[in-house]
Amino acid sequence: MAVAVGHILLISAQVSTHRGIPLLEAITFGAFAEVQRAATSAIESVRDTWTNYFALQQIRRENAELREEVSKLRVGLQQERALAEQTRTLQQLLDLRSSTSLSTTAAAVIAGGASPEFRTITIDKGTGDGIDSDMAVISPAGVVGRIVLPTARAAKVQLLIDRDAAAGVLVERSRAQGVLIGTGADRLRLDHVPATADVKIGDRVVTSGIEGIYPKGFAIGQIESFERRAGEFTAVMVRPAVEFSNLEAVLVVTSPPQTDIGSRTQKAGVAAPKADVTTPVSETAAPAPAPARAPTPAPAPPRAPVAPTQAQPAAPAPRPDAATRKPQPPPRRRQTRGNVQKPAAPQSQSQVTAPEPGPTTPAPDNSAPPSSAPGVP
Amino acid sequence: MRAAGVLISIALALALQTTLARFVVGGTAPIDLVLVAVVYIALTSGPVSGMLAGSVAGLIQDSLSTGVVGIGGLAKATVGFVVGVLGQQFIVTAALPRLVMFVGASVGYQLVFMGIYTLLQQRSFPSPWKAMATQALGNAVVGMIVFTIVEAFPGVMERRRAGRRRH
Repeated sequence: MAVAVGHILLISAQVSTHRGIPLLEAITFGAFAEVQRAATSAIESVRDTWTNYFALQQIRRENAELREEVSKLRVGLQQERALAEQTRTLQQLLDLRSSTSLSTTAAAVIAGGASPEFRTITIDKGTGDGIDSDMAVISPAGVVGRIVLPTARAAKVQLLIDRDAAAGVLVERSRAQGVLIGTGADRLRLDHVPATADVKIGDRVVTSGIEGIYPKGFAIGQIESFERRAGEFTAVMVRPAVEFSNLEAVLVVTSPPQTDIGSRTQKAGVAAPKADVTTPVSETAAPAPAPARAPTPAPAPPRAPVAPTQAQPAAPAPRPDAATRKPQPPPRRRQTRGNVQKPAAPQSQSQVTAPEPGPTTPAPDNSAPPSSAPGVP
Repeated sequence: MRAAGVLISIALALALQTTLARFVVGGTAPIDLVLVAVVYIALTSGPVSGMLAGSVAGLIQDSLSTGVVGIGGLAKATVGFVVGVLGQQFIVTAALPRLVMFVGASVGYQLVFMGIYTLLQQRSFPSPWKAMATQALGNAVVGMIVFTIVEAFPGVMERRRAGRRRH
């Protein structure tokens, strides 16, 4: 059998295919090529598997590293965002500071009020930084409040929304005046608005500077709602421009407010601040409405202007350079705790414009465009 | 020891009040954490402790505020004493009585506070009812949370110790 096979193989080795290749060689090569193919395939697959395994290991490691990096970057992004927000706030403060001629000091809010009955905040600047009582505190959004208790390194700020807070304001569009009073909540109440005033929902309310604390023209908020009963404005509610719960940095106005309202408001028919600041309102401005919180024994504020009456003529016309002059305001007087420095109630427009020919047509203010329909309720 | 605990509680409440409370619900929810602490002390330690804690806490709060110093102290001392007496007379361990106690204490405090201010003609409160109700509810919720945490704390620590012993 073996001999037979041997012979067959020998014969086959000498027999060529029709292409001239020996049959044995062709069969052997073909078979071995398949073996080589299988071996190569197996080796390649093993190598691929090994490579992939290692690659997966590496990728897993890289993945973990990348995840860690992403986490770090997210934290960093949050920090950057916080920094950007802080920078934006400070930039706004800087813009505000550079846009106003007032002398200001930036301060950070370090605490809120200790009691929810009193809406106050604490800032990190005090008398050592030139802070004093009754200085106005502002933010890029608008007026924040006033300093009520300065210490060496900190100061307490009474927010505008505090029940004891008040400010003289005017409606920017119609220049109608009023007294803004805090409600203790997140809204402000505008009192003593003349019955003939032109007030609309959405009107911007700005400071009038009449109480001698807040600089004139700074934003307070927008009129949100009002009611009219028997022709009188009641419950005029103002939404503050400042978000009091998010305050982080503020500006304290260290210079006394420019009382150029004398020169400005003379044209508008409003009395200029007079030297006799201790005269009670009731003695001079008889028709003036009573303060909102009558029980508070509050005489006229120390720097409150006294409205003229028929018997007491308005101050003389300002000199041409009155707008550029900085009149010396009366010295600041320390307020007793919780005592509201209420501005004198403004006169109604009819009283205000009494000396002028048009009783309900105040002249335009220098700082704002004239009303489209002045004096029309 | 108890006095120290009371003082620490008041100091903690004041610190939280001045730092965190203004951020709660956008600063619109006037929660009085100091009052919560006073009511908690009164319920757990009795009327005298409640009164003293209320007096001290109120005086500190008054001195940090812009109002008349003493009115808040008197109101909180009164509330602390009354709550302490009620806590001794009635079983106030379930959730509902505690809730009622916190709401009642908050309303009582507000009434005494506003009453004294109005009596002294120092302040006026045109429409205080909504704010009063909000504060009472907020204080009650915070008070319930405080009670739950404080009462759960020893159990959690005990379980943790037992777990360590097993391992």
